[in-house]
Amino acid sequence: MNPEAKKTLRRLIIAVPLMFAFGFALVPLYDVFCEVTGINGKVFQSESAEKLLTDEGRPLGLQFISTNNENMPWIFEPSEEVMTISTGQYYTATFYVKNTTDKKMTAQAVPSVAPSNAAAHLKKLECFCFEQQELAPGEEALLPVKLLVSDKLPGTIKNIILSYTIFDITEYDDETIAHHDHDMEH
Amino acid sequence: MSAVIENHHDDHHHGPAKGLTRWLYTTNHKDIGTLYLWFSFAMFLIGGAMAMVIRAELFQPGMQIVEPEFYNQMITLHGLIMIFGGVMPAFVGLANWLVPMMIGAPDMALPRMNNLSFWILPFAFFILLSSLFMEGGAPNFGWTFYAPLSTTYAPPSVTFFIFSVHIMGASSIMGAINVVVTIMNMRAPGVTLMKMPLFVWSWLITAYLLIAVMPVLAGAVTMMLMDIHFGTSFFNAAGGGDPVLFQHIFWFFGHPEVYIMILPAFGIVSHIIETFSRKQLFGYSSMVWAMLSIAILSFVVWAHHMFTVGLPLAAELFFMWATMLIAVPTGVKVFNWIATMFKGSITFETPMLFAIAFVVLFTMGGFSGLMLAITPADFQYHDTYFVVAHFHYVLVPGAIFSIMAAVYYWIPKWCGNMYDERLGKLHFWLSFIGVNVTFFPQHFIGLAGMPRRYPDYALQFADWNMVSTVGAFLFGVSQILFLFIVVKTVIGGKKATDQVWEGARGLEWTVASPAPYHTFTTPPKVD
Amino acid sequence: MAFKHLQNLQNKLISALLFFSVPTKADWFALNMTRGVTDISNEVFELHMLIFWICVAIGVVVFSVMFYSMYAHTKKKNPVAASFHENHKVEIAWTIVPFLILIAMAIPASKTLVKIYDDESGDLNIQVTGYQWKWQYNYLEDDVSFFSNLSTDMDEINNLVPKGENYLQEVDEMVVIPVGKKVRFLITANDVIHSWWMPAFAIKQDAIPGFVNTAWTKVDKPGIYRGKCTELCGKNHGFMPIVVKVVEQSEYDEWVSGKREAAMKMAELTTKDWTAEELVVRGESVYAVNCVACHQTNGQGIPGIFPALAGSDIVLNDKERNIEILMEGVQGAAMNSFSYLSEVELAAVITYTRQSWGNENNGDGEIVVPKDIVDYKKPKI
Repeated sequence: MNPEAKKTLRRLIIAVPLMFAFGFALVPLYDVFCEVTGINGKVFQSESAEKLLTDEGRPLGLQFISTNNENMPWIFEPSEEVMTISTGQYYTATFYVKNTTDKKMTAQAVPSVAPSNAAAHLKKLECFCFEQQELAPGEEALLPVKLLVSDKLPGTIKNIILSYTIFDITEYDDETIAHHDHDMEH
Repeated sequence: MSAVIENHHDDHHHGPAKGLTRWLYTTNHKDIGTLYLWFSFAMFLIGGAMAMVIRAELFQPGMQIVEPEFYNQMITLHGLIMIFGGVMPAFVGLANWLVPMMIGAPDMALPRMNNLSFWILPFAFFILLSSLFMEGGAPNFGWTFYAPLSTTYAPPSVTFFIFSVHIMGASSIMGAINVVVTIMNMRAPGVTLMKMPLFVWSWLITAYLLIAVMPVLAGAVTMMLMDIHFGTSFFNAAGGGDPVLFQHIFWFFGHPEVYIMILPAFGIVSHIIETFSRKQLFGYSSMVWAMLSIAILSFVVWAHHMFTVGLPLAAELFFMWATMLIAVPTGVKVFNWIATMFKGSITFETPMLFAIAFVVLFTMGGFSGLMLAITPADFQYHDTYFVVAHFHYVLVPGAIFSIMAAVYYWIPKWCGNMYDERLGKLHFWLSFIGVNVTFFPQHFIGLAGMPRRYPDYALQFADWNMVSTVGAFLFGVSQILFLFIVVKTVIGGKKATDQVWEGARGLEWTVASPAPYHTFTTPPKVD
Repeated sequence: MAFKHLQNLQNKLISALLFFSVPTKADWFALNMTRGVTDISNEVFELHMLIFWICVAIGVVVFSVMFYSMYAHTKKKNPVAASFHENHKVEIAWTIVPFLILIAMAIPASKTLVKIYDDESGDLNIQVTGYQWKWQYNYLEDDVSFFSNLSTDMDEINNLVPKGENYLQEVDEMVVIPVGKKVRFLITANDVIHSWWMPAFAIKQDAIPGFVNTAWTKVDKPGIYRGKCTELCGKNHGFMPIVVKVVEQSEYDEWVSGKREAAMKMAELTTKDWTAEELVVRGESVYAVNCVACHQTNGQGIPGIFPALAGSDIVLNDKERNIEILMEGVQGAAMNSFSYLSEVELAAVITYTRQSWGNENNGDGEIVVPKDIVDYKKPKI
């Protein structure tokens, strides 16, 4: 085979694992892309949102939804389904949760925000979704989420839905479950 | 172009080996092309049998023939087999036979890898088909295998499915590398890039697409494997993953994949229309630029398969516009084919019939594709039979007709015998009628509201479903005729001349019919 | 392979006769998309027809040239082919003109899309959750919650009786919404990806586990509208339709109070004393909706795939495990938890399985009452 051909061959062979790696790279690249372009902004745990505090916010409806994935047998309900809030102020909402079985169980709550262009403006300072939640048999708890909706929220949005889905992750290995500090959007 | 007439008494080469092991060990591009073509024909018939099961169940409302779980296995395997076992290997087979001869090369650049590329395919499909007999049944999550249906909720055979896909991917990648190195490095002197036959161009571009995206598919199924067996959460929201991420990764592969399945068809049709119009192809360089544009654009439109997933508005607008844009280079190609025919001197042998049908029917598939690109309208079309109609139009009277056209066109070169023209025309007309009776009504039922991947349906869809099934059986039975025609031609028939077709141009028509086992062992002189 | 097993000759005969009968309500004129009953759905329909007619026009022009050529430029009629093979002016024209046509299409399309995405709050918010294989609806403001299952009889699906007019398009509980009000749907899923499609409203959004998608509508015309699941979600993907009934506000309000009352009554029913017969009757209908798809009407299941309940050791002798399975599902198997059913429904369906198909003669004879389910839910420390 002539040297030119060998060169072409070498380049193509290298391209294969590169594209395979690119496929895997799409996983984090995805988050980065969303953050950089601001499309469907990923919301990270905000250390503080003091800069966003304001007394001149506007009123906003906040609704909470809970879903039990695969009918996982906990009681999981927002303490208040609707809250009227102001942009630029801190609020704490709670979710009531109870393990109704006779076994110790661990759950992971996954948040989702609608409409999707509100996600970037919803800052969460504390959220029970940041950590796995373990409950003994029959144990109940009030799980908090402390948040602030920035006044930069587009004016057409009058109502935000914050939804949590809890998943039963009792049988998952601790090491193999990744803790994620940010909301899941797509 | 003048060429040195190949003399097959060449001291350096032997003829083909004797016996069955010839086929096992061959490194000859013609033999391997033949293997790929027969393999793809067999897969086409198997995938076709599954289509018959599907259409039989859909003949009337109600469940008559199979259970819903088995029906889902049929639709999944039908798609996988037709795409990865039918269309793709057929195009690779054509590449193997034709590319070396068209550029004046003695064989492919890597003949032994060529052999490996083929032989792992029957192995991969044996694994895939054997999953029908495994506990839990075959894969049942659609050929697009979205998570978590294909991960958390999949039958045990999913692991074999993943293994099978890896092997098919390896075969395609190796084949594509072989094609690129061959085309870039083994063209006879005088065969410059902008003098290459269009089929060669189409395969050069297709091969680059394959190398770019098949590894991404491998990545996606590897992530599936990890989620299923190694506790990762790529696509599982509970662990911080995202089922929609699967769709992005899959369609990043999936959209270029559909162009992989049509670009070689474009090349074939360009050759055939030129020959039977007895007129040089119109707009050669714009044909090349059109194929390049289509290939590049194919990387930035994937999310048009995901318009209902909950993408942000900016993304939906971008993907809508980018998708619509592909209509421009595609339109250029259609106009060029018609301009080639215009004021030509046309005859209507079987290859030309298939090529003309391609131009009309593929364009119809293109129109439904344009309708699908319009996002707000897509909310009503997505995941309905309108989509099924669209892709079957571009794949069956599109890709498959081009493959049949290619077989009729080049088989006299391959085996030295003419096919029976009357039977060929009969096969064409039966297929043409069959394909339209099968798939045209599917536009109606899709628009009227029938979703895809449904084993049963509400009563208002019954009439057109019945018609579609009748068409499917007509089309299916006609392919047995095609098998008969091919076998009959290989066994014997009117002897073909070297030129075969009056208007044919190209290096492959300068060698004898049948083409000698080794051709262009010394490069031809090309002006 | 799973081929249909017909039980006996009589069934075979009926099936054979019905196989060749013409279904009622089949429709040669079901050719096009519906206009629907909202502003958006009408806009989408107009857009669809606009693009369609443009494509038809282009097709007619382009194919006419081609068909003309196939007629006039045959070898017989035109023995000497022309020699042109390029024409820059024409090629530029047929690149630019299609591009302009596309822009003309993209403008109205983008406008309509922007309108669809205009997601202000609704008067009414309904959480829609896709399950394998049913929908759950939860009205956030009005505190109404229910499941919606396909109500077509298995006998119709299995061709044992003639198919009803709304075959595969009818449910036991319809979604009721008021006319003229903006309703927002918050769509998610419980297990795999489903998709909620209402053609009459031009709404289709995927239901993705762990995520919420939104869609909104404002319906102008009262009526009953039927939709479908449009994402492959397993075995019964084709058997989980959607039915929305749009009514005047007053009727909607009545419906809401009716639903609230029923919920209160259900709570009362939990504490009442049930006889075995009452439970079996109730349980049979619960079974028909929730269990029959896998475990079959005769309780035989499908060998190798879904276990038989008739003669099952757990159903006959292990009341505790029986309840546990219904409440928690079976790990690694297709059997999910059914804890979202009411205590009455759970007790009734378990009792029904324990008292049917000969099980009543072979097991420990125990029935399950709603109180057993309530007790199960209490913490055991």
